[in-house]
Amino acid sequence: MNISLLGLKYIFLLITVELIFSRCEHSSSLSGDSDSIDFNLHIRPILSDRCFKCHGPDAKQRKANLRLDSPEGAYAALKENPSQHAIVPGDPDASIVYLRISSPDTSEVMPPVRSNLKLNSDEIDVIKKWIGQGAKYKPHWAFIPPKKSPLPKVENTKWPKNEIDYFTLAVMDNNNLQPNPEADKERLLKRLSLDIIGLPPSVLTQNDFLKNDAENAYEKIVDHLLTQPQYGEKMAVYWMDIARYADTHGYQDDGLRTMWPWRDWVIHAFNENYPYDEFVTWQLAGDLLQNPTKEQLLATGFNRNHKITQEGGVIDEEYRIEYVTDRTNTFGKAFLALTFECAKCHDHKYDPIAQKDYYSTFAFFNQVPEKGLVGDISLGSLADPPKIKINSDEVANIFSFINKKDTAAVEVMVMQDKPTKRPTHVLKRGVYDAPGDLVSIGLPSAILPFDSLKYGSNRLGLAKWLVDKKNPLTSRVFVNRMWQEFFGRGLVKTSGDFGMQGEMPSHPQLLDWLAIDFMENGWNIKRLVKQIVMSSTYRQSSKVTKEKIAADPENIFLSRAPRLRMTAEAIRDLALSSSGLLVKEIGGPSVKPYQPKGIWEASTSGRGLSRYIQDHGDKLYRRGLYSFIKRTVPPPVMLVFDASNRDQCEVNRMRTSTPLQALVLMNDPLILESARVMAERLMDEKISNQEKIDHAFRSIICRQPKKEELDILMCYLQHELKLFGQSKEKADQCINAGEYPHRKTSDAATLAALMQVIHTIYNMEEAITKT
Amino acid sequence: MGNEFLENRFHVNRRHFLGKLSMGLGSVALGSLLIPDLFKNDENDAAAFSGLSHFAPKAKRIIYLFQNGAPSQLESFDYKPLLNQMAGQDLPESIRNGQRLTGMTSNQAKFPLVGSHFSFKQYGQSGTWVSELFPNMAKIVDEMCVIKSMHTDAINHDPALTFMQTGAQQGNRPSMGAWLSYGLGSENKNLPAFCVLLSRGRGNGQGVYSKLWTNGFLDSIHQGVQFSSSEERILYLQDPKGRDREASRKMLDHLSELNNLNYEEFGDPEIQTRIKQYEMAYRMQTAVPELSDLTKEPDRIIKMYGADCLVPGTYASNCLMARKLSEAGVRFVQLYHQGWDQHGNLVGEMPLQAQDVDRATAGLVMDLKQRGLLDETLVIWGGEFGRTNYCQGDLSKDNYGRDHHPRCYSIWMAGGGVKPGLVYGESDEFGYNIVKDPVHVNDFHATVLHLMGLNHEKLTFKHLGRRYRLTDVAGKVVHGVLA
Repeated sequence: MNISLLGLKYIFLLITVELIFSRCEHSSSLSGDSDSIDFNLHIRPILSDRCFKCHGPDAKQRKANLRLDSPEGAYAALKENPSQHAIVPGDPDASIVYLRISSPDTSEVMPPVRSNLKLNSDEIDVIKKWIGQGAKYKPHWAFIPPKKSPLPKVENTKWPKNEIDYFTLAVMDNNNLQPNPEADKERLLKRLSLDIIGLPPSVLTQNDFLKNDAENAYEKIVDHLLTQPQYGEKMAVYWMDIARYADTHGYQDDGLRTMWPWRDWVIHAFNENYPYDEFVTWQLAGDLLQNPTKEQLLATGFNRNHKITQEGGVIDEEYRIEYVTDRTNTFGKAFLALTFECAKCHDHKYDPIAQKDYYSTFAFFNQVPEKGLVGDISLGSLADPPKIKINSDEVANIFSFINKKDTAAVEVMVMQDKPTKRPTHVLKRGVYDAPGDLVSIGLPSAILPFDSLKYGSNRLGLAKWLVDKKNPLTSRVFVNRMWQEFFGRGLVKTSGDFGMQGEMPSHPQLLDWLAIDFMENGWNIKRLVKQIVMSSTYRQSSKVTKEKIAADPENIFLSRAPRLRMTAEAIRDLALSSSGLLVKEIGGPSVKPYQPKGIWEASTSGRGLSRYIQDHGDKLYRRGLYSFIKRTVPPPVMLVFDASNRDQCEVNRMRTSTPLQALVLMNDPLILESARVMAERLMDEKISNQEKIDHAFRSIICRQPKKEELDILMCYLQHELKLFGQSKEKADQCINAGEYPHRKTSDAATLAALMQVIHTIYNMEEAITKT
Repeated sequence: MGNEFLENRFHVNRRHFLGKLSMGLGSVALGSLLIPDLFKNDENDAAAFSGLSHFAPKAKRIIYLFQNGAPSQLESFDYKPLLNQMAGQDLPESIRNGQRLTGMTSNQAKFPLVGSHFSFKQYGQSGTWVSELFPNMAKIVDEMCVIKSMHTDAINHDPALTFMQTGAQQGNRPSMGAWLSYGLGSENKNLPAFCVLLSRGRGNGQGVYSKLWTNGFLDSIHQGVQFSSSEERILYLQDPKGRDREASRKMLDHLSELNNLNYEEFGDPEIQTRIKQYEMAYRMQTAVPELSDLTKEPDRIIKMYGADCLVPGTYASNCLMARKLSEAGVRFVQLYHQGWDQHGNLVGEMPLQAQDVDRATAGLVMDLKQRGLLDETLVIWGGEFGRTNYCQGDLSKDNYGRDHHPRCYSIWMAGGGVKPGLVYGESDEFGYNIVKDPVHVNDFHATVLHLMGLNHEKLTFKHLGRRYRLTDVAGKVVHGVLA
């Protein structure tokens, strides 16, 4: 088939047709004949993308009263001409849809020229074929509850280490791909350590692991890492993106807020391995549980992490509505991977979420006794009501996980419902002052009908609906995102969109198997993590041949481990941890590490936090997740490495490679300081220069250097020794990096030269790559 | 990959695109940064480029002089003598017509009209009205196209600014500059396509936010790069102390060797991309300081912008810097001058603000013109909304303030394919409602893209299932302002 004109998504589908097709449970009624067309795989992506905008679920936008998203609509007689039908199953030439999409007449052709949308000849052929084969519709895969299918049969039964591997190997088999061999021990350890605790393994840990030949050596490391408190920190980063956590209110004045105790709770919850259903229920509706504990109240801070305005003169109700909107959209994206926000102003154009459904969901979050504007920035509210106060006694007794140093109580925003229900209206065009019909609470029934008698008619009911095992999305969405954490790409690539416009899963059966297994095992997150990292799929080497890159450039079929640039936080943590600068304290108020001068000052409104007052001492060496996030001016280095600006819920960070990143790694004082401190420490050791470089390399890259690498670095060291030997001044300037106390040295030239070599190692591509 | 625009470009030669893809996504990202060069260098790509159905651009580059805080149209370009005649009288309800007010004046019992404290005169062959606050801009009215009929949806600074810059009131959408970087790439290998410069006046300020120059869901290579006024113009541009250029070169050479070794073992094209990024960073380290050195500008140029242009961080200095960046091929230079929010003491503050910007703005336009660059450079001057025709707070004999007014305001454009010496659109006698040729923010965006050779309905990016545009779902090109 000529694929030259297809969209990439579609190409991918074609490549995978045979494979998913013959195995996909949703197409079980079809034979393995690759000529058969499947609605979910082949047709919906085209119809949704090119047709549904005018012939889809949105009744207001619907043209010619024709909808193509349901068989009833598509088979029905045309309103304008009852003798004709959009689709006549089995007869493309009698189907107006086919005639119109294939029409050479530009005034006739669909989609209309004006829409800037087009169908290419392959797509038209596929639709023709589908109609010819009976134009069978199927429900969207994501709304069908997952089913646990038996493990696929594979030839190489030695390779799979657990269930995951049967699914991935079967897909590889179908694509004539062989899995990569297992990664070497050092690289595997680095990968594992970064994935579970977000920190590189120390040289000591590397030595232990290299020496340990026991069969369960790997599993032991996995178990050990999962008990480390740094695990909670690593997981919290990802959850903070979802929860749009920040240390300021956002909007133009952007004053300070104190939500960090909520962040400390998230770390705690991951470390204590709260089951996901409970973790979510507490955050969505902890306040509505029977006799809620204060910890459960604190957890509801999740829904108060959104931006809050302090701009004098705003219209109160406009912003209150904005906050409820944010909660509603976040709920859709974070837990259901649906683009709810599209239904705020009109019926969703692709997914079965009517505007009315949107406001029914909105109604759950519309009951908070809050105001759009509590006070202007001069009043400096750290927490707008409703809020709770946490004092030192409570920290000592029930909140041991909150790292509160100050003796003063700390206030945290939480959720609460008004005693009397606030009526909720559809807002016409989404505008706050254009109320339409009154709606009652509810959730889109295409996902799972909401029975308020069964679930209850408040946010707790919403949470119960969400974690109901019958909900087809909740578990799938979460396991998919966890998969994304480890493999860089979800089994559904569009981890924030499981709707019609999202991508089809690359491994539908695996996704379903994991989703059900997760629920069957008590929504146990650590168990899921272990399951993933124990698989052969995860343990593969990331080497890639030209053939594999040509066959599968995006590594959709998982026949190798991905090589992924580390996150902004992980890069910072790597520098700190490898140099020994890291202060391993957990939680507490966010800190202000080095930042180029004048960044806050240049953009402030003059109110609120207008000056960046950098911290000193230990606070300079905390992990990246504790860096203070001022929403309007997030730490620039973090943004350079694609961190979220925490404006809105974000489920998937980009991973780019830019020259600005090179500038940071070459010139950021933190990296220079890490190199300096490591060099100082190595200077104290009674070992050869080569051994020093070897040690530095192992601390940063987490493996032994190859001979060629050592040669290059030794050669560079010689060069630098000569350079600094000639200029003591340069050497002194060089080793002056950072505030960490300097050790007296009698040999500045050697120290500077060694520091340069270490700094170069920090700049190696492999240093900041999970490999 | 959601990079639909690139996909479109490569549709005619899909296999070739896949070939690129097989080099890894990073190389596509790099490619998009350097599209013009890339296309120049490769016949196949050039074929793909010309397959694009957009039209020939009028402008190649934009310099957007954003007046942050919203300068009053009634003291700048929209002359309303009736307001002086009716000073102190209440705004007639028939004019206000139930329009919403901000929380700052909604509690006022009265809405006393107030006319401009500053006198107006007509200038140039076009006879454009300009207030006495802008004597230098007044001299270039025949280059300008003043739009007096701008209107916006937002009534507060944050959403209005965000709307003006990204086409949406809420954050997280790509900024205009990011869209243009995405659509057109950069003309210079050593500089980012989208640069941002900030300055602050002496008037009531409102702050700016990095979301105004965000790449949103586009690749972060399109993010606006903020230039600071300090010696280090771009974040971490300077070599560390004790390491000069030559030493950095040495380091990079060793680094490339190491990275290449790893590439041999792993074969990941991302490694090659990273090596290239280091090389570009190294080139930027030389190019940017050279470009930022304003001291080599001749006296006659300094005079055009005013002496302030040698003081780093001033608006004048940023204007001169903007010319240099633009001249060097930066696609979009975005300035923000803060301090235009005159809720009170307008009479005291507005002259100070005008002083900051008047000479340098006019100087920039004329400088571009004398270099023959004005034809291909679009200069835009204006704020995020207008100001009310009635007084906020106490109206005294010689002072007053004005609240936010989204229903009409004035901006101007010059060069780059707009009709010079034109005044477009009209507000009513009260300067409250638009009576002729309204231009919505979406229309403004559509027009700017049009001038750059892009169809605003086709410059799309598919993100989470939806095709996003700078103009969202609206916007019409304002043909009346096109040359």
